[in-house]
Amino acid sequence: MRSPRHAVVVAASLALAGCEGWQSSLDPKGPHASAIHDLFWFFTAVCALVWALVVLALAWALWRRRGLRPDPLSIQGGRERRLTIVVSTLVALTGVTLIGLTIASYASQRRLFGPQEARLTIRITGHQWWWDAVYEDPDPQRTFSTANEIHVPVNQPVLLKLEASDVIHSLWVPSLAGKQDLIPGRQNLLTIQADRAGVYRGQCAEFCGWQHAHMGFLVVAQPQQDFDAWRNQQIVARAPPDDELRKQGEGVFLSSTCVTCHTVRGAGAGGRVGPDLTHVGGRQYIAAGALRMSAEALAAWIVDPQGVKPGVHMPATPLRPDQVQPLAAYLEGLK
Amino acid sequence: MSEASVRPAKDVRDTQLDAAELHARLARTWGSGRGLLAALSTVDHKIIGRRYIVTAFLFLFLAGLSAVAMRLQLARPESALMGPDLYNQLFTMHGTTMMFLFAVPVMEAFAVYLVPLMVGTRNIAFPRLNAFSYYVYVFGGLMLWVAFALNIGPDTGWFAYVPLSGPENSPGKRVDFWAQMITFTEVAALAVSVEIITTVFKQRAPGMTLDRLPLSVWTQLVTAFVVIFAMPAVMLASTMLILDRLVETHFFNPAEGGDALLWQHMFWFFGHPEVYIIFLPATGFVSSIVVTFSRRPMFGYLPMVLSVISVGFLSFGLWVHHMFTAGVPQLGASFFTGASMLIAIPNGVQIFCWIATLWDGKPVFRTPLLFALGFIVIFVIGGLTGVMVASVPIDTQVHDTYFVVAHFHYVLIGGAVFPLLGAVYYWFPKLTGRMMSERLGTWHFWLAFVSFNVAFFPMHILGLQGMPRRVYAYQAEMGWGPLNLLVTIGAAFFFLSFVLFLWNAVTSLRAGAPAGDNPWDAGTLEWATSSPPSPQNFDRIPFVTHREPLWAQRDALTVVAGLAVDHREVLVTSVTEARPDLRETSPAPSIWPFVSAIAVGATFIASIFTPWGVVWGAAPVGVALICWFWPKGAPEDEE
Repeated sequence: MRSPRHAVVVAASLALAGCEGWQSSLDPKGPHASAIHDLFWFFTAVCALVWALVVLALAWALWRRRGLRPDPLSIQGGRERRLTIVVSTLVALTGVTLIGLTIASYASQRRLFGPQEARLTIRITGHQWWWDAVYEDPDPQRTFSTANEIHVPVNQPVLLKLEASDVIHSLWVPSLAGKQDLIPGRQNLLTIQADRAGVYRGQCAEFCGWQHAHMGFLVVAQPQQDFDAWRNQQIVARAPPDDELRKQGEGVFLSSTCVTCHTVRGAGAGGRVGPDLTHVGGRQYIAAGALRMSAEALAAWIVDPQGVKPGVHMPATPLRPDQVQPLAAYLEGLK
Repeated sequence: MSEASVRPAKDVRDTQLDAAELHARLARTWGSGRGLLAALSTVDHKIIGRRYIVTAFLFLFLAGLSAVAMRLQLARPESALMGPDLYNQLFTMHGTTMMFLFAVPVMEAFAVYLVPLMVGTRNIAFPRLNAFSYYVYVFGGLMLWVAFALNIGPDTGWFAYVPLSGPENSPGKRVDFWAQMITFTEVAALAVSVEIITTVFKQRAPGMTLDRLPLSVWTQLVTAFVVIFAMPAVMLASTMLILDRLVETHFFNPAEGGDALLWQHMFWFFGHPEVYIIFLPATGFVSSIVVTFSRRPMFGYLPMVLSVISVGFLSFGLWVHHMFTAGVPQLGASFFTGASMLIAIPNGVQIFCWIATLWDGKPVFRTPLLFALGFIVIFVIGGLTGVMVASVPIDTQVHDTYFVVAHFHYVLIGGAVFPLLGAVYYWFPKLTGRMMSERLGTWHFWLAFVSFNVAFFPMHILGLQGMPRRVYAYQAEMGWGPLNLLVTIGAAFFFLSFVLFLWNAVTSLRAGAPAGDNPWDAGTLEWATSSPPSPQNFDRIPFVTHREPLWAQRDALTVVAGLAVDHREVLVTSVTEARPDLRETSPAPSIWPFVSAIAVGATFIASIFTPWGVVWGAAPVGVALICWFWPKGAPEDEE
């Protein structure tokens, strides 16, 4: 155990460094998060001032010099009247302050939740414990599904249609916007926008069972051209494996229980229970942000999902040791 | 019945006896007797209140221990100390126990003990119901913790949102224990509320007009009304949940036309007033302490009363601010923003009045006052972060994060636990006849005050940095490790402060300085009797002429006379003016409330396992209730 003082120093330095986190409402990277950020600091400043004044008043009340007061019931009428005036004034000031804060909040709410044009719509469905993302398009050929990581163009409002299949989840990418719940039987809407290219992390904010803690989500904001390229590449089916190991891996994939739950477009696997794996190798993480993408991580995950995320609905896949490596290589190659 | 001629011949009145004999005979009439059966049959509000307090503190320690266990898990990233199963049970047990088995019952416990003394009567109204409520509460709490000990504790949070807590996503009996525990606690809480309202309205000492009611009693009265209107909502909700789970109704199943959000509305329609059910009595403690240790009457008694009443009303208009991210319409959400902002005004009035009282008084710095001052410093932070989360845009960022965890711990620990600890130091002499140690008390206060802030202030920052609530683990790359370690250290010391408190209480109980009737020179009626009070509370019922009767009549209180001595009789007075109205028999001890509580408890628990439990349980419940209410012929019934 480190000493408390050491911990205080570390904590203080990290409290400041934390402002640069990739999942932090203190580090807004989009207009929605920025608006909330400004409102937050306005409220914080006003509230800090109010608190300081209350504590000062309390300190003054406690330690001011005063005369003798032998009988607790000896009340001076004049002083009582003056106190009444002071307290009434303070209550009135409290009211005015609250009205000011309320107006600021309403104005910001109007801006944030007013009607917004979005050229890109993504339908996100929360599952225990991963996110299914379907990029909607009037042309069904251009609709595709991915999971746990969405790409968006910078400086473009993106509409997220939020749904849930099992329990309530909540989508929260603090650097871009506030959170919004995904509720079975309903559809909620959330608009997000990134001002700068970058990777922004989010995670489920509504308690949703055992692996609520490991239900991460990435938003990759890219310049329009890069985004278009990514999108066009996601639309097409998987490229057939070009080396022996990965060909063998596809064979393992198609002959094991993987296909009952997962889709790999072009390979003939069409399971709809788990994430679409057509381009899984292109994602930065697997298992909803639990592990960084690599062949090793994929192997570990496939062999023992319960070891990585206890309670996860993905069953362990019975595979021979010589099947694991080809399968992991195959999946990692699905860029 | 006031006709002397129809009085039974043996009816001895207090006017006929001298002080010593009156005291002895009343103590015999109102005493509870010895032995196990007598202990279980007692209807003395002081004995039951004391048991309530001790039991609630026991649950506080259990819930505190589960918090310490959670903090150990979160002290570092990806800790392998425990898995999600145990962690989820722990935070559910922590929240459920703190809210339902500690905070609400402990405030009721103080009401049960103090209100009859403060209003100058001999026992609480419906004393057998009072005994019954205590046993029901104990059985509900025991059931929950036994379930946890058997590793079938609930694991869906103290709020048990559907569909997660529904039959499909939470098979097994875990959630049923949670839902049934709600039923137990609610029955107990509703019973106490009825008793408190009746006691306050009808059993006040003559002359104690509503205008002279101690503020502490006002807060308990308003709280009792809030309980009566809020608790049925959650009882309905938990009953519907049990029906969904046990007999396959579909109240909350969207696939069958049910609605998942319905649960949230009903839960928070109770859940927000719940905060004030805990907080309002605490403000009453603060008022008592501030007045006594400022050495002057409360500045702004009327605004204080109006504030308490308006908080009670407004508390019902805030519930949707727990659901701002659930997709409620923005116009509706703004209404709840406005209402949430509005409730800050009556709370502000109370803070200003306390400070004004201290300013104009002459503060005496003893441990109870320290806790009251700590309350103001901490609670104002919690109140102000409450103003922040009332704003829809800000709430969409901080909702369900550690910022909110910090916020409501500032409100509940700052706003309720600090006043409660102050109240224990303040009334301990009355309950036990002995003073608690001032030296240990001062240490306790500073340790609690500092460690509380070390434990909870960094949570604000963690929440803003993106840490959600109810996560059993977090990755090192999130950068939350160091602050979490600091929080855990603070939490450990905060827990230690309670150990110190317990030590102080136990040693003071055995060897504390004798207190005398009124050690703090306070002004309200509970200090007019001995410490601890004799079974009859008062040998003669005081006649109240002032808000602080003991300050107004320092030599001897005016008293009323004419009550029976050889059987239990209380004076019933009018609602507003407290004019003497009737002499009413107060129930004698009875074992049947205890038996009824066992029957009811067994029925509730059996119904978790089979719906037939309700049918078979109805028979013993019916028998026990018939025995309880069997007419025995009270004197006024025969007249």
